[in-house]
Amino acid sequence: MSDASSATARTIAQAPPSPFRDFWNAFRENRGAVAGLLVFLLFLLIAIFAPIISPYPPDAQFRNSLLVPPVWAEGGEWQFPLGTDPLGRDMLSRLIHGARFSFFIGLVVVTVATFFGVVIGVIAGFSPRWLDTIIMRIMDIVLSFPSLLMALVLVAILGPSLLNAMVAIAIVLQPHFVRLTRAAVISERTRDYVTAARVAGAGKLRIMFRTVLPNCLAPIIVQAALSFSTAILDAAALGFLGMGAQPPTPEWGTMLAEAREFILRAWWVVTFPGLCILVTVLAINLMGDGLRDALDPKLKRS
Amino acid sequence: MSEAILTAEALQRHYEVGGGMFSSPATVRALDGASFALTPGKTLAVVGESGCGKSTLARVVTMIEPPSGGTLAIEGREVGPGGAASDRDLRAMVQIVFQDPYGSLNPRQTIGQTLMEPLKLNRPEVSAEERERRARDMLRMVGLRDEHFDRYPHMFSGGQRQRVAVGRALMLEPKILVLDEPVSALDLSIQSQVLNLLIDLQEKFQLAYLFISHDLSVVRHLADEVMVMYLGRPVEMGPKDDVFAHPRHPYTRALLSATPVADPRHEKNRIKLEGELPSPMNVPPGCPFNPRCWRASETCRESFPPYEGARHRFACYHPIED
Repeated sequence: MSDASSATARTIAQAPPSPFRDFWNAFRENRGAVAGLLVFLLFLLIAIFAPIISPYPPDAQFRNSLLVPPVWAEGGEWQFPLGTDPLGRDMLSRLIHGARFSFFIGLVVVTVATFFGVVIGVIAGFSPRWLDTIIMRIMDIVLSFPSLLMALVLVAILGPSLLNAMVAIAIVLQPHFVRLTRAAVISERTRDYVTAARVAGAGKLRIMFRTVLPNCLAPIIVQAALSFSTAILDAAALGFLGMGAQPPTPEWGTMLAEAREFILRAWWVVTFPGLCILVTVLAINLMGDGLRDALDPKLKRS
Repeated sequence: MSEAILTAEALQRHYEVGGGMFSSPATVRALDGASFALTPGKTLAVVGESGCGKSTLARVVTMIEPPSGGTLAIEGREVGPGGAASDRDLRAMVQIVFQDPYGSLNPRQTIGQTLMEPLKLNRPEVSAEERERRARDMLRMVGLRDEHFDRYPHMFSGGQRQRVAVGRALMLEPKILVLDEPVSALDLSIQSQVLNLLIDLQEKFQLAYLFISHDLSVVRHLADEVMVMYLGRPVEMGPKDDVFAHPRHPYTRALLSATPVADPRHEKNRIKLEGELPSPMNVPPGCPFNPRCWRASETCRESFPPYEGARHRFACYHPIED
């Protein structure tokens, strides 16, 4: 009896679950999301430790072994587990280094797009109607172009390089963040706690970025996660079209483009970069869906 | 009777609505000429049905919105035309408690941060330790415990949240507290706890309350003076007992007759008003109550009646005598 009552006392005294714990419990329920997270972390580790893991430098050529098939195919060698490309470079090493580029692209693009998108969105949400209208119509114009076409045009103007491709993709993705932030800000800023902060003497900037913005973050985080995969995909597409990373950079899209003429003769040079893109993007999308389920209160199961 | 700390003279607040590309904006007369005074340690209750301008009055008095007309003076200093955002001292003297305790606390701030924020913004000279000490004192004063300091609002009940909201409002040691229906979102049993807390705090700090409510039994319990509003204008105001015992304006009479009485043998002689509350965009000429009033005459449709009486004032051409 006394045991039971002391046990209840202990559970009551226990600190209530922290917001992070809450989030993790909700996230864990979605198995696909957890799997996506694991794959994502695996790729992230590979990207970070690429020079240590990869057997050869990405641009080391082995002139005696051009287009060697992967080990399990006929004529494969253990020296090159995933085969070599037409210039005799090890596929595995190039793919491992390619992960670095993909994550670099994703990270930079999402950071730039989120930062500017959120700032512009918050400003639009708080500004008078005429300024809000101007900002949102500009965003509508950007959104009305097919995103890849828009990125292509921008790269054509700026000149083809990985950096310019990232800038172009960031510009194309950023209106989504503006819209999302503005919508969240508008629904939050009329709440009483914002008025209370104003009565307490908070200035305009403080209200915008310290009071309102933290309460709008959930959908923005989800959008950022999903944009990560869009950025990788768009960068690969630009690379494939010759407008992104330039050879000999081991970027997955560029690798695909280089191997185009060998599709029929050597399937492995096209398949593996394509598979890498597929798996990464799928993992990130699964993770993003899980994030949305865990963070978006409207979809939360109670 | 002590000196008034806040006086409002013919306070107005109009909003422009609509007004797209092709239509001219319409004017909503949310608050249309309210005059009253608040005294330290006393409560002025504002009653009226939804849409009568009670909450607008609260926002104007708290200087969240500038008045469109009329004057608002605190301790004899007139609030500037810019809504007094310029004058931090004046602003700190009036604080507000909102109706909805679920929306009025920032969900991303702990209770401690919520309580300390006003000090941090207005009293930069107060050290961080002193700030935390004062916030913890305030937590105890509004009847919460020390361990609540680091918790988030979603871990609290409505009544507890409202206590936090009251505490936050008092952190700057204001002289005037605007209570915008502070208990109407709470359970009946919690209501009385919060009301008693408010009464205790008023005595302790000699606060002037502007208490906005549509619950007449709460007003009866708490108010010193009562102001009845209809469509943005006060129609009757005076000491609580006078207004409740001898309502002079037909609208006050109708409002009072609608209060339920917990006595099954009580004779029901409820006055049922005809029609809807007119839109504040299109206020009827004359006395705004005339389309629903059973005593209305031709004069009522022509001009707004002047206020009559000294302490117990009312605006009606055909007051109820009894």
